[in-house]
Amino acid sequence: MWMNSTQWSGEHSFMAVLPVLTYPDSRLTGVSKPVERFDSALRDFIMDLEETMRVGPGSVGIAAPQVGNLHRIVIVDVSEKKGVSHHGKLILVNPEIVVRQGSLVGREGCLSVPDFTGNVSRAERIRFRARDMNGAIIDIQCEGYEARAVQHEIDHLDGLLFLDRLSSRRTDLFPRKKKS
Amino acid sequence: MNWFMLALVGRDQTGIVARITQALYAAGATLGEASMIRLGGNFTMMLMVRHAGNAAALSALVQPIAKAMGLTFHIDPINGELHRHEQPNVGISVHGADRAGIVARVTSLLNDSGVNILNLDSDVGGSEAQPIYVMRIEGQTTRSIEELNQVLAPLVSEGIRIHVDELDAMVG
Repeated sequence: MWMNSTQWSGEHSFMAVLPVLTYPDSRLTGVSKPVERFDSALRDFIMDLEETMRVGPGSVGIAAPQVGNLHRIVIVDVSEKKGVSHHGKLILVNPEIVVRQGSLVGREGCLSVPDFTGNVSRAERIRFRARDMNGAIIDIQCEGYEARAVQHEIDHLDGLLFLDRLSSRRTDLFPRKKKS
Repeated sequence: MNWFMLALVGRDQTGIVARITQALYAAGATLGEASMIRLGGNFTMMLMVRHAGNAAALSALVQPIAKAMGLTFHIDPINGELHRHEQPNVGISVHGADRAGIVARVTSLLNDSGVNILNLDSDVGGSEAQPIYVMRIEGQTTRSIEELNQVLAPLVSEGIRIHVDELDAMVG
């Protein structure tokens, strides 16, 4: 088993919204392990993770450790946001950012940090590699809002929250203009 | 326990924050949100304080430090209202040669458009001979970016640089 609980084994016929951990829960600062088995338990968990993301207020991404599962799985879907370039729903297992270019300050919030948003500097464009839920290789370049979401979620896998990367309100007077 | 706003100002010097907050902590007060910043040569503090006593009792804690450091302060009872952050959806950056009326005119136009300002920072930079004014506003609006640009267009035509951008927190 790639997860250490028996509740994930067996038939899983319906999706479930999982409880989201909130800071300062110590599991949010742990480092997640790579997924080794691409089996039905993984796919069932990912369905639940997505369902949990969808019910989160305005959420465009989620990472497995946010529901207490310390494995390297994230979902990002910014396709609902107007005027944002995107790659649809991204289910990323064992993701790794291989290229970072530029930087852009933007405001972030987190399902695991209620009632707080802050400015964070992120790479403007990234290229990342990952596996999909069946183990096939994904290699994507993205930018702007979507790249921000991917970086935010991958940070969760390394035990980092956007709180760890806050920049001063006052020194970010002019966010760089987004290139379209 | 009651909430108070402590507003404090004085010539900038080392130790203001440490001494004030230590005195409050030692007296059993707890702190809420705060904004502290150097404006010109002055250090300023707006600090939410929760304390069992009344404003006079809180004042008695701050008074000895204020006297020793040459600070002035004011204390008002407030509603705490933590955990109710409003999220800004528009940012307005303004800069130009410093002159009277920039803030008044920008904010009046925004007010007429129903923009609620949540946060405003401004600086005077440049040289004494050629000062520049730099301001960043974050607020809430139901207007579009294009509409706000039109509202502010008269000031732009006078040479004030204004950028309006949509703020949309990425929640993940």
